[in-house]
Amino acid sequence: MQLDAKIPEGPIAEKWDKCRFSNKLVNPANKRKYEVIIVGTGLAGASAAATLGELGYNVKSFCIQDSPRRAHSIAAQGGINAAKNYQGDGDSIFRLFYDTVKGGDFRAREANVYRLAQVANNIIDQCVAQGVPFAREYGGTLANRSFGGAQVSRTFYARGQTGQQLLLGAYSAMMRQVSTGKVKMYTRREMMDLVVVDGVAKGIIVRNLVTGEIEKYSAHAVVLATGGYGNVYFLSTNAMASNVTAAWRSYKRGAGFANPCYVQIHPTCIPVHGEFQSKLTLMSESLRNDGRVWVPKAKGDKRHANDIPESERDYYLERKYPSFGNLVPRDVASRNAKQACDEGNGIGETGLGVYLDFADAIKRDGLDVVMRKYGNLFHMYQKITDSDPTKEPMQIYPAIHYTMGGLWVDYHLMTTVPGLYATGECNFSDHGANRLGASALMQGLADGYFVLPYTIGNYLATVPPVPTSTNDPAFEAAANEVKEQVNKLMKNTKSGKGGQTVDHYHKELGKIMWDYCGMARKKEGLEYALKRIPEIRAEFWENVVVPGSGQELNQSLERAGRVADFLEFGELLVRDALNREESCGGHFREESQTEENEAKRDDANFSYVAVWEYKGQGTAPELHKEPLTFEYVIPSQRSYK
Amino acid sequence: MSSKTINIIVKIWRQNGPLAKGAFEEHALKDISTDSSFLEMIDVLNEWLTIKGLEPIAFDHDCREGICGMCGAVVNGTAHGPDKETTLCQLHMRRFKNGDTIVIEPFRSQGFPIVKDLIVDRSALDRIIAAGGFVSVNTGSPQDGNTILIPQHVAEQAMDAAACIGCGACAAACPNGTPMLFLGAKVSQLALLPQGQLEAKKRAINMVLQMDKEGFGNCGNERECENVCPKGITIRNIARLNREFLKASFTIDH
Repeated sequence: MQLDAKIPEGPIAEKWDKCRFSNKLVNPANKRKYEVIIVGTGLAGASAAATLGELGYNVKSFCIQDSPRRAHSIAAQGGINAAKNYQGDGDSIFRLFYDTVKGGDFRAREANVYRLAQVANNIIDQCVAQGVPFAREYGGTLANRSFGGAQVSRTFYARGQTGQQLLLGAYSAMMRQVSTGKVKMYTRREMMDLVVVDGVAKGIIVRNLVTGEIEKYSAHAVVLATGGYGNVYFLSTNAMASNVTAAWRSYKRGAGFANPCYVQIHPTCIPVHGEFQSKLTLMSESLRNDGRVWVPKAKGDKRHANDIPESERDYYLERKYPSFGNLVPRDVASRNAKQACDEGNGIGETGLGVYLDFADAIKRDGLDVVMRKYGNLFHMYQKITDSDPTKEPMQIYPAIHYTMGGLWVDYHLMTTVPGLYATGECNFSDHGANRLGASALMQGLADGYFVLPYTIGNYLATVPPVPTSTNDPAFEAAANEVKEQVNKLMKNTKSGKGGQTVDHYHKELGKIMWDYCGMARKKEGLEYALKRIPEIRAEFWENVVVPGSGQELNQSLERAGRVADFLEFGELLVRDALNREESCGGHFREESQTEENEAKRDDANFSYVAVWEYKGQGTAPELHKEPLTFEYVIPSQRSYK
Repeated sequence: MSSKTINIIVKIWRQNGPLAKGAFEEHALKDISTDSSFLEMIDVLNEWLTIKGLEPIAFDHDCREGICGMCGAVVNGTAHGPDKETTLCQLHMRRFKNGDTIVIEPFRSQGFPIVKDLIVDRSALDRIIAAGGFVSVNTGSPQDGNTILIPQHVAEQAMDAAACIGCGACAAACPNGTPMLFLGAKVSQLALLPQGQLEAKKRAINMVLQMDKEGFGNCGNERECENVCPKGITIRNIARLNREFLKASFTIDH
């Protein structure tokens, strides 16, 4: 596996210009001869489908849900960053770049992050032009708010529904292309495999989730915009259908998987309530603008929050990080919450929670102002917990939220399989070991609107503009493998065998992942997980019971296929965590911490992207390293004090 | 979050495909945690059915935080259940009492053929958006965002409309089976904003024509839609849609 990041030479501010200029172009008359498959219709997928359609390419767009508008980007609450400097508070492209590289704990590629910061401003303009109803000031200008890891106010937002509004913008742009016929939409289809012909991505195999049919699609290039793999932990803030299958199958077809151990654990989620819980709900980071995080000073204090006097509360983030206070980055906030609970100061029935308190904000700004900012979040919190955050503090706890790792891509967003691209959360490129709040929306839309449409032409210009087909035997072979897997998953159906359900194994895997490869990781635990996961996997394949049949709508079968892949992928995630004997960002190795329990990086030995290459079933994957060099932001111990 | 448990009976709609005959199936469920969401209650039922060797209930759901618009069913006669401004996934079992019987049916409307059990085909809503629910602006280099000034209250009103999650409850609740609240929301959002003005006439007409083509009915001012809308979208948006449509019918340049 050759890792050539293809980063243009020259000063960082000129690299993207240089790349765009040196890229080969496809002439407008030829664009209509090319077909591009895009899997996923979240921010990255929908924006790419819309833009490529506008450019004249023929796009085949696939989504797992009944409508492209349901993709999980829709759930992003807080906002989207851009260095507009509308507030005149000292922001600049370089500062956004700097904050993002630092926030990522110096494990992202400088060139990619700089480009992200450069195009971020275009995103805001584009979305405004589409009619995205961003929040406005009284004078009609765009409003901003602050987010963790930054000391400027650069986050644009649409109430607590920014992801929804940006996605609906991209979705409507894409539906406009559907109406012109440039984008053909395939809903309720799940990508089951990538088809590689002579080492080049030529198409995909999907399962039609309504009929159960295994379908083949060909194109000149394939783009994965299939999101993250947080559901490997079973409980996460991801949507129920979010999965790793498309990325994982592509990995098994030759795409390198980068930094799978970089998982973001979001500090402000609603704590777990019971064993039947199916998912965790995030409360936007924007709440930390006004909410104050605290725990009782006394261990095991069971008094009601409102009965604990000010002097007996520990506002630990404000105490430990006076300059950033409650707005420290997510990894720092999560780790501190865990520490407070580990030390016995946690709150709630389980002791696994901390308070997020709005009493001071309400006293200072009035209930009206606070409700205007956070009303829908408070409403959602009350629905779930039956408790009113304007009367008593919220209870929060960290949860799996976002995955920084993903398919390795070069500067053009191409994976190690020629013709296969990965965009948005599905790739690894921009967030290093920790993503800053309001950066995921920025990256998804940057990739789809402003990066891929420029870089994919450079590849397509080298591919003859002749019609594609699914006639190559590789299509049939891949489709047969998918059918075989379906049969294997269904082998216990109606056999009378008293096995377990898919969820049973998913929960078992999730528990191992969370306990041994969650917020804190150490060698022994990771080794134990590496031993346990193959055992669970073997048991799954032996005993899992999937009702119904493969030739119809069968949600148990859908989940079974996803869990089967999680059971393989989880092992790679743990292996990567074991290999990385340093702490960085969301990856905290207990063996590697400073005296103050902060993450201690080891730049001498680990300043690289870990890229894993599949070597076949039963063989250990091979580790490749892309060295990371920093010319503009010199790595230092991150400090938010 | 004080947890307790209840025993309930669910009468749930089973239908194996759009043309198959459907019927209610009854199940008794024990020890359902009142902290569970409604969908988690169905999860429990499905786990139990699976272990028994029976087929679980097919139902659409994804984000489970009330924003994707994928879930939805009629619970005891009301789309998305008894709570105001709440999607089915955000309805919690504490809303029910021990011994309750809960009747669960799919969203029903002429334009939403049943796929299986509680799953319906709402692709008509996508086609309605494709008919005009957008601003025709290509990705490129639009003017700076702040050159389009939008008064705060207008932005807020547009946002109120834009909050629609496309779940289709409006059509399911309507005696005429019309998703006009859905159309009204999109047409209003773009009619309120300067960006939407250029195509306002075409948009209103094309979206309504598509709605008719999909076999949906028309608004009869029953207001059932706003009663069940999980995002609190009011029928003022339908009034605005009607104004936009009328205005366009009289003045459109063909």
